[in-house]
Amino acid sequence: MSSMTASRSRFDTAAILAGLVIVCVGLSLATMAFAGDRYVFNTPNLGIPFGFLAILGVRYSLGFAHNRAGDIALGVVCAVSGWFLIRAAHQFAGDAAFGFWALVCALWFSFWLFVDRLAAWRLSDPSAARVVNLLIPLLFGATLLLLWELIVTGAGVPKVLLPAPSEIWVRLVGSVPTLWADFQQTFVKAVLIGYAVGCGSAFITAILVDRSPFLRRGLLPIGNFVSALPIIGVAPIMVMWFGFDWPSKAAVVIIMTFFPMLVNTVSGLAASDAMQRDLMRTYASSYWQTLFKLRLPMAMPFIFNALKINSTLALIGAIVAEFFGTPIVGMGFRISTEVGRMNVDMVWAEIAVAALAGSLFYGLVAMIERAVTFWHPSMRR
Amino acid sequence: MTDIALPASRTANPFAGLMAGTTGPVIVVVLAILAIWYIAAVSLNAKFQIEIYERANQVDVPFSQLVTDTLAQERPVLPAPHQVIAEMWDTTVNKKITSKRSLVYHTGITLSSTLLGFLIGTTLGILLAVGIVHSRVLDKSMMPWVISSQTIPILAIAPMIIVVLNAVGISGLLPKAMISTYLSFFPVTVGMVKGLRSPEVIHMDLMHTYSATRWQAFWKLRLPYAVPYLFTSMKIGMAASLVGAIVGELPTGAVAGLGARLLAGSYYGQTVQIWSALLMAALLAGALVALIGVIEKQTLKYMGMDR
Repeated sequence: MSSMTASRSRFDTAAILAGLVIVCVGLSLATMAFAGDRYVFNTPNLGIPFGFLAILGVRYSLGFAHNRAGDIALGVVCAVSGWFLIRAAHQFAGDAAFGFWALVCALWFSFWLFVDRLAAWRLSDPSAARVVNLLIPLLFGATLLLLWELIVTGAGVPKVLLPAPSEIWVRLVGSVPTLWADFQQTFVKAVLIGYAVGCGSAFITAILVDRSPFLRRGLLPIGNFVSALPIIGVAPIMVMWFGFDWPSKAAVVIIMTFFPMLVNTVSGLAASDAMQRDLMRTYASSYWQTLFKLRLPMAMPFIFNALKINSTLALIGAIVAEFFGTPIVGMGFRISTEVGRMNVDMVWAEIAVAALAGSLFYGLVAMIERAVTFWHPSMRR
Repeated sequence: MTDIALPASRTANPFAGLMAGTTGPVIVVVLAILAIWYIAAVSLNAKFQIEIYERANQVDVPFSQLVTDTLAQERPVLPAPHQVIAEMWDTTVNKKITSKRSLVYHTGITLSSTLLGFLIGTTLGILLAVGIVHSRVLDKSMMPWVISSQTIPILAIAPMIIVVLNAVGISGLLPKAMISTYLSFFPVTVGMVKGLRSPEVIHMDLMHTYSATRWQAFWKLRLPYAVPYLFTSMKIGMAASLVGAIVGELPTGAVAGLGARLLAGSYYGQTVQIWSALLMAALLAGALVALIGVIEKQTLKYMGMDR
């Protein structure tokens, strides 16, 4: 297998990446790492790991270390070098010169090489393969964070523009009570209630609409059209109608989630074959039996598609609605006021919370989907 | 079950054909929505109107006058459709296009950042999809992040992106367009990955027997297969891009654009203005999506893929 792919592709990505690592490390040795005549030689905690990186790079480009032990060694060296590079960057924050950037590039290429090697592993054990498949995107994310930290501290980007991940983390840990209160106001009250009511009412409407072909033909194009509209614009109106507290935000979420759910459920209910419905009829099953035993299960992939779309829409709706007026708590409120006060690290902390909440919410819906629609072809492995 | 109510096409009813398609039902539903809108406008605005009457010591106001008064308020809770239409007519036709009171001017500003963002987003999305389809590393490491990037409520940080970029000196169209880009690249990436992978194995094998390079297989097999997917996802991307542009206009201090119009309307309680901006945004979204639909039809016809 591997020999076939190697012969088909004209170049070997790993060898190229390893070569780039060597070139970058070489460049960094030849040039000044930080302003003020600090070379890589003068800062030993930089030189040692990058020496290792270069050696491993040579081994890769010559093709010695193409085994798992070599890959893992590469990963460990990458992590250690990253750690030392961050420490050095903080020590001489804002003084980065050409050599430093060469080292950052070397680190980036070696992480890339590591991920490339990891993706090429062929594991027979399915659970180990799953762990590796989870590890790869995590490593990718970690690399992005690492580069962000290095570039921001190395170039001395002002905190007002873009804080480093470490600063955001400090702020996040330091203001847990505020974040928790905002989370409760926005997520637990507005998002969850709005999501449940919006999706639930759309589901019931869809089942009612489905009984009348006339309504179905009339509502489906309109529902499709409305799903494409910038519904978020109703936020100021809802704030006027329902006041500043969470009910107005929940109302925005209800309106935003209603139409995707309606359209998807209606088209999902039409997903069963005529043959299958005929079979149900030969069993002399009633409308409700057909609905619960055939049509709703067949509609589940569509319904979960809408639930997943809505899980992200709901959070966006609630946060944006808060820009139009809130009590003094809430994620959208915090973001807009802290931007005004130039506390950008607090804004990023809030975003991190929102992203985490959004991802977990999405992941939860996806997990339930996997359990409910286990029979669907897209779920099979 | 559902097919009991067959359309009575055999009878001589001239509306039967209309009602059997989608046009008739859609018209009926739209009319129903308008009717509900009017009823809601009357009932929501009635409370304030009655208060006005009480203050003016008017008693025994006839119901018909109450209805006409509720539909002609200056700042109604819910403006009636004809008020919104009148406001739109007033601000589009009766004002000069360059005037800041003209809705056309604001729509033009939103449209330009929507289109710029959509263009960048679509290009980025296609490039990402090509990378993901051709590289296993990108597929494994990037794809989960492309998906989870959309669980980050980017719209929430849109104001901050604008403010920060303004501080750096980048202002005007680009910051708003970047938000549109972020929102529109995702559907294009996902759709294109699906589309570029949609050729069947047997076709890929055929290309292999022709000893086609990856490049040739891409241009001659994968890309043509992906075109319908591209247009479908471009429609979603365009709608998302418009949302991004509107939200991006919220924090710029309500200067220009449909979003600024919404914000200004909400500050001063100008509900008619909010609704007209909203309706304009809806029309814009509809027109843009329809435009892509027309291009799609022409392209597929040219490629011989239309049905």
